[in-house]
Amino acid sequence: MTAEATVTITIRSEASSIGVLPAMWAVLMRDLQGAFRQRQDLLNPLLFFVMVVSLFPLGVSPAPAFLKEAGGGILWVAALLSVLLSLDHLFRHDYDDGTLEQLVLQPQPLFLLLLAKTLGHWVVTALPLVLLTPLLGVMMQLEGSSIAVLCLTLLIGTPVLSLIGSIGAALTLGLRSAGVLLSLLIIPLYIPVLIFGTGTVTAAADGAAVSAYMALMGAFLVLALTLAPFASAAALRISLSNS
Amino acid sequence: MSEPLLQVVNLQCERDGRLLFRDLSFSILPGTLTRVEGSNGTGKTTLLRILAGLNDSYSGEVMWRGQPRAWQREEFLRNLLYIGHRPGIKPLLTPLENLRALMAGRQQTDDQTLWRALEGTGLGGFQDVPSRNLSAGQQRRVALARLLISEEPLWVLDEAFTAIDHAGVAAIEELLVQRAHRGGAVVVTTHHNLQLPDMGRITLGGVADDR
Repeated sequence: MTAEATVTITIRSEASSIGVLPAMWAVLMRDLQGAFRQRQDLLNPLLFFVMVVSLFPLGVSPAPAFLKEAGGGILWVAALLSVLLSLDHLFRHDYDDGTLEQLVLQPQPLFLLLLAKTLGHWVVTALPLVLLTPLLGVMMQLEGSSIAVLCLTLLIGTPVLSLIGSIGAALTLGLRSAGVLLSLLIIPLYIPVLIFGTGTVTAAADGAAVSAYMALMGAFLVLALTLAPFASAAALRISLSNS
Repeated sequence: MSEPLLQVVNLQCERDGRLLFRDLSFSILPGTLTRVEGSNGTGKTTLLRILAGLNDSYSGEVMWRGQPRAWQREEFLRNLLYIGHRPGIKPLLTPLENLRALMAGRQQTDDQTLWRALEGTGLGGFQDVPSRNLSAGQQRRVALARLLISEEPLWVLDEAFTAIDHAGVAAIEELLVQRAHRGGAVVVTTHHNLQLPDMGRITLGGVADDR
């Protein structure tokens, strides 16, 4: 092995470093690339989502009145559980193969890199659910306007779920069986999102104005975007310190 | 004597109620090779993780070029290359993609440079094979390819040569010596019998537990 002749060893200043955006892009791309190499893993949250939703008409009642009433809530709960189930994978593989250490040691702010990572996780786990929702909405006898509102709330709400979840996933990283603890930590924080998400759909079904609800959902998203990456970066440092 | 890159002052670390080391002070100068020694469980990895900034549960001071490291974390990280027990290779990605992802946040490299680095580690022809199909030693070589193109002045290598064959280790020894000649600083732990001239040693183990 011989080093490249062009390699220069000097103290590297800010000018010679890579910007934050290209670094975030690289993190996102690597995660997406990895996810699309293992497509069956992509199907898992989606299958879970479809199964939970389609069991309700079978298990409770196929009456259109019931489905119309409960459909929005069922879809929201199924999406929430689906996101929750996939959370453990957010950092676990990277932790096991050492890429997480390298991520923490990158000379960019860690919270921004984690934001990119969480975005990648959302794109492969939650975005497909949102895209499938119109179909399942029709199955649940929801009206067109309700379905549109439902999709919009999920589009705003699932990133919040992923972002909050990233804190829990980072905190429980060092534990061998993190599943139960992760759920216990995260579900209380999910409840406000769930309440307002389903509230919006109910309001839309009743023909009431939804803009206030939407504004609140938007506020959740802004809050999660600004605070969650900091919290998960701190949690990740602690978890790695103890490994 | 040039200015030390990294200075450790009165470092003390406890793990699971056991004192690993205390009053540990040393400097890492540019152009030096330092080997951290000690039997299993004496805290070699812990010390290297502290040096790399991965482990924050210690008391004492770690200084980067004369200033506390905590004040200039990004500055420090720009100048550090750490390769640990776990090489940071994604099994689903090819060696080239892995190397590209590892370098992406650190320095501008084109694919041709990465390609040559992989060839330099003996992985020519394997660039497009998913890394999980490679042997443990080959996966390790993907991570070590970073050494060939790294501009960072400080290297911290924790057992980075496991699963590498004899010829490979000899080549790495040569690389480390060259590196030190050209002004880089290297801190290593290894169970291989490294034959390096002018190697500094830090020996761990032997803290009397007087509590």
